Amino acid sequence: MALIELDLAHAYGANPRSDDDYALLPLKMSFADGGAYALLGPSGCGKTTLLNIVSGLVKPSQGSVRFDGVDVTGRTPQQRNIAQVFQFPVIYDTMTVAENLAFPLRNRGVAPERIARRVGQVAEMLELSGQLHQRAAGLAADAKQKISLGRGLVREDVSAVLFDEPLTVIDPHLKWQLRRKLKQIHHELKLTLIYVTHDQVEALTFAEQVVVMTRGRAVQVGSASELFDRPQHTFVGHFIGSPGMNFLPAEAADDGLRVAGHRVAAAPAALRGLGPLTLGVRPEYVTLAAAEAEGAVRGTVTRAQDIGTYWLVTAQVGDDAASVVRARLGSHGPVPKAGDAAWLRIVGPRTCFYGADQNLVFEGAAA
Amino acid sequence: MKLTLERVEQRVGAETWLHPLDLALVPNAVTVLLGATQAGKTTLMRVMAGLDPPAKGRVLADGVDVTGRPVRERNVAMVYQQFINYPSMTVADNIGSPLRLRGEKNIAARVKEIAAKLHIEPFLSRLPAELSGGQQQRVALARALAKNAPLMLLDEPLVNLDYKLREELREELSQLFAQGASTVVYATTEPTEALLLGGCTAVLDAGELLQYGPTAEVFHRPASIRVARAFSDPPMNLVAADAGPGGVMLQGGVALAVALPAGATTGLTVGIRAGALRVRPREGDLVLPGKVELAEISGSDTFLHAETAIGELVAQLTGVHQFTLGEPVALHLDPGQAYVFDSVGALLRAPARE
Repeated sequence: MALIELDLAHAYGANPRSDDDYALLPLKMSFADGGAYALLGPSGCGKTTLLNIVSGLVKPSQGSVRFDGVDVTGRTPQQRNIAQVFQFPVIYDTMTVAENLAFPLRNRGVAPERIARRVGQVAEMLELSGQLHQRAAGLAADAKQKISLGRGLVREDVSAVLFDEPLTVIDPHLKWQLRRKLKQIHHELKLTLIYVTHDQVEALTFAEQVVVMTRGRAVQVGSASELFDRPQHTFVGHFIGSPGMNFLPAEAADDGLRVAGHRVAAAPAALRGLGPLTLGVRPEYVTLAAAEAEGAVRGTVTRAQDIGTYWLVTAQVGDDAASVVRARLGSHGPVPKAGDAAWLRIVGPRTCFYGADQNLVFEGAAA
Repeated sequence: MKLTLERVEQRVGAETWLHPLDLALVPNAVTVLLGATQAGKTTLMRVMAGLDPPAKGRVLADGVDVTGRPVRERNVAMVYQQFINYPSMTVADNIGSPLRLRGEKNIAARVKEIAAKLHIEPFLSRLPAELSGGQQQRVALARALAKNAPLMLLDEPLVNLDYKLREELREELSQLFAQGASTVVYATTEPTEALLLGGCTAVLDAGELLQYGPTAEVFHRPASIRVARAFSDPPMNLVAADAGPGGVMLQGGVALAVALPAGATTGLTVGIRAGALRVRPREGDLVLPGKVELAEISGSDTFLHAETAIGELVAQLTGVHQFTLGEPVALHLDPGQAYVFDSVGALLRAPARE
């Protein structure tokens, strides 16, 4: 296992000029020894490129990759001692489950008794013990993928185990069990795990730290709570959560904080003089408020949807068509209907403010 | 359009794909066909479209028997999971093709208008292959809308898109459907998608139509355990129970105070929606101590799996909450939020709605 440090950029073509020419913009990042990480973002965001650079399948066009301080930029995945699990099962159909699991160890000349012990341990964790002596050929796709996961996890001496969308072939209702397994395994084996996915559930559930990526840039590295409560970039607010964060134009003027053209609250001192801002507030943190209440804006409800366990209320709060606020309201209290006027509290302790570069400048309300 | 199915049945060889069903779609509104894969959604849509004649029964369009009339003779628009476009035609020609086929005028203006609705105006002169998956599916949707057919059938149209795109397009589509220009049938495997689309929902399971009604009504009052199962995500927690003093006795010896109709005795099942379980207590709650198995985080919700005296339960908590595997946790339930099903799985009691 190793501390992995990246200080690099990557362009697939020669002589990159603009940001668009980069698959990965310059980034500095480290993966701690024994940590569980996810690289999350939409297709084309650079997450797979980043994974391939860590594994050694792709050499970055500039900068370096260090494992425990040693420059490994020019080394192959084998030399780096990386284990990988792919989207689809990569196993030997003619071998038994036990032989498949033992293969990476046998290849490296590990003593037979140690192989037997480790294979037993990994099989037990993945609930494959009952099938150890069956041939892999006859197994269902999800059992085969479990073998692939086991092969990735069986070596104790790897620098890191990399997963590329490993639960794609797993039946939706079995997925949570495997997510739980992976978490338990990480707990017990303390391997460094890096997991690539476009699925927020998978990333947020599995990882201690999630790297959110968009357009070749890592915009935030944080825990699930940090990404939810303190998105460092508007993209994170948008991408995490369904629906994502509400965004409204705002400015700290002399008479107070103006949002979508209305004065809604006292302006936090930290925001004065910053010019045009974007206010971000999650639908989960918008609440109904009394008329003219501090921090609230008046809106006209355009839609009220019963989503079973809660109501999703959409309201127009400014003249601009984009000035829309969505609120997730419990079915416990009153819920306004389409056409109703409603006051919605949008400024509170969980409200975030973003500057012109879309980065977080302040969170909270004026004291 | 008013589409009615009477005793429609479908067989393939010796296998029954659709059991006899009656269904009168609410005209000029959206009907969601909800069910797992293999439930019969596509089979039913193909019968509605006239792509396949039913083995038995009749299909009526505005009262006229169209059973067995092929799709080309019927004015139906369809959108499939895969993005199907004419690869050699530009986006504009793709969208305009049904209009040209009918020899309509002002095609360019119509195409522009529909393209604007679906935010693909900038790509009108491109070929489909030059677009992203989401844009290609928008083209297929635009062509279906251009057809202006009284019946529009969409078979899991968003399933191959990533979730942010899905969110955005679903929102736009539900607004277009709400204009009431066509009778829309929309197949999905996802309960949340059905709730977001609203309208009416028909729940299908193993080739059987289980229930049809306004979407929220079907969700809140599922007629049977099968409907509740098909229409819950995360799954409804189901716990075996018998009638007991003051309510029911759950497996594991936990009493739950719910009013039961007379005659309910043994072999009952109590259903608890994940959203009804909380970690924050309220007055009058049943408290279920347990142990954390996993906290799945969806982005907006945390699905907490916990082992309790009445079995493994899933609770849906709003927002992001972090738990350590194995830590103790107490789940809280307002007894009034429990569903009760009888020994054959029919609904005996549902929570009151405000």
